[in-house]
Amino acid sequence: MTLWILRRLFQAVLVMLAMTVIVFIGVSVIGDPVEILISPDADQAERLRAIAALGLDKPLWQQYLNFLWGALHGDLGRSFVYNEPALRLIGQRLPATMELAVTAVLLAVLLGIPLGLLAGLYPNSALGRLAMAGSILGFSLPSFWVGLMLIMVFAVQLGWLPSTGRGATVSVLGVPWSFLTLDGLAHMAMPALNLALGNIALVLRLTRSGVRENLPMDYVKFARAKGLSPIRVVFVHVLKNIMIPVVTVLGLQFGSTIAFAVVTESVFAWPGMGKLIIDSINVLDRPVIVAYLMMIVLMFVLINLAVDLLYTVLDPRVRLESAE
Amino acid sequence: MNEPTLVVRDLATHFTLRNGVVRAVDNVSFSVDRGKILGLVGESGSGKSVTGFSILGLIDPPGHIAGGSIKFLGRELVGMAERELRGLRGNRIAMIFQDPMMTLNPVLRIDTQMIETVQAHADVSQAEARRRSRDALGMVGIPSPDERLSAYPHQFSGGMRQRVAIAIALLHQPDLIVADEPTTALDVTIQAQILSEVQKLAANFGTALIWITHDLSVVAGLADEIAVMYAGRIVEAGRVESVLDRPLHPYTHGLIGSVPSRNRRGARLRQIPGMTPSLLDLPPGCAFRLRCARATAACEQDPPITAPGDDRLLRCFHPQLDVAA
Repeated sequence: MTLWILRRLFQAVLVMLAMTVIVFIGVSVIGDPVEILISPDADQAERLRAIAALGLDKPLWQQYLNFLWGALHGDLGRSFVYNEPALRLIGQRLPATMELAVTAVLLAVLLGIPLGLLAGLYPNSALGRLAMAGSILGFSLPSFWVGLMLIMVFAVQLGWLPSTGRGATVSVLGVPWSFLTLDGLAHMAMPALNLALGNIALVLRLTRSGVRENLPMDYVKFARAKGLSPIRVVFVHVLKNIMIPVVTVLGLQFGSTIAFAVVTESVFAWPGMGKLIIDSINVLDRPVIVAYLMMIVLMFVLINLAVDLLYTVLDPRVRLESAE
Repeated sequence: MNEPTLVVRDLATHFTLRNGVVRAVDNVSFSVDRGKILGLVGESGSGKSVTGFSILGLIDPPGHIAGGSIKFLGRELVGMAERELRGLRGNRIAMIFQDPMMTLNPVLRIDTQMIETVQAHADVSQAEARRRSRDALGMVGIPSPDERLSAYPHQFSGGMRQRVAIAIALLHQPDLIVADEPTTALDVTIQAQILSEVQKLAANFGTALIWITHDLSVVAGLADEIAVMYAGRIVEAGRVESVLDRPLHPYTHGLIGSVPSRNRRGARLRQIPGMTPSLLDLPPGCAFRLRCARATAACEQDPPITAPGDDRLLRCFHPQLDVAA
């Protein structure tokens, strides 16, 4: 078990290493940050000084090795633009994105599973059909468009919800959080729903097909033949079997939700990591881009690890050791 | 106490499909006495499992009980409220299924699945429910039941799983157990063990048993009475020795003839010609007549139920009285 976790972490380090190489080469191919960062009026001496200060005078491989050396010491470089450590920049934005993504996944669970159960248990009911039809929209409507529509309806027309920003925040452990204030929650409602829409649809359909698949199974009939109540049969016997695929997908989706909150954050001007990375790409702020992508990779690996561990709880037939 | 545990009269269970009504069980009548074992025999699709599920009220749409009566210890089960039926299921009437690999929930531990059954019908503490579960496991011959309680189904072999299922059925010492081909999926040595356990248990607790099977040799060794089903109807019934020694219905004859035997070594196995008819499209009259060598024009009418002596029931115009099996 411990060996298995260590192995997974080692793989994560390799993936992150590969990521840094790709990003280093990629960013240097796209363009020269110097052209963007240094004012065109600067004279040659100023330019050279600035380039040397950013460490861009050295060949790429040497810059890369310097970066690796720094990374080993927990320093992922300073942002070219903000002149702050890239990690700190991301760390400042991380909580905003995290609370948005966590809320979105919670919404997906709290809405998707009950609706999916409904659609699975009563496939011919009006509500069940409606849920299925709605899930197709949830999949296929582009996220940015839905975001704009939400703003149009709830912020502009009805004026119920604020359209941008995080609203009032409360500081806990030195980190500002929106979900602790009513105003913050009002600000979060639309972006979270927007981000959750695709996940809700996904969880709904997974749950429904799981129910349809499991209901005709012998173990369900046997549970009924034991005289159990329908509630226990559905919520203990069937649901536990369904949770296996749902947890897998949700785990994978959680990573993507964080990584691709970019669109939602842009639409709702939510000051999270997504907005930071878009701005950084625009000005070729390499240290921030690299640090962000490494964070995302690490997060994906950790989430997958958590999902695999959760598997053993949900499905006793899964043995991690056998993966060795 | 002389009243039979279960009396089924003219039971009809139909499945309403888009292209017609399937009469899966059609005017079936039988009864089972306390401590007795009834073997319900027939080919696949003859309606024997549906009969079993009808007794437990576990027929799902599009199926429904279209008529008849099922009296269990004097109480009418047909039309009984679901709530009341649920109180009987797993409690007074238990069921054992065919495939032990499929009947236990793979993601729940054995103790969870047993304790929930105890607590569904008895207001007892967790510890007491666990104790009863352990005792039941011990009774069906599972070694070190205390440890095995915390195991998952996949940690048991097929035979052991079927024992667990039987233990679950026995938890409340039911008056009736419906066993739907419970040994079909097991190998013969395990089958023999389980048969003898079940026989013992039925005798000890006075439990009535309906043993649904297609295997005549199992019925011969186990059951007191036998009912042979064909296309949703009972075509012949009676005491096991009597029916197996002197089968009257040509179908029963064919079934017995299909059992491989040492006495006919080397000879070609006999088989019943043709196939079970589709229940959607049953011929009028006797459903077996198209496969029957003795069929005549008379068989196009429904054969009435006759009683050719010593507790025998028969549904045939041309019983095979000359025995040459």
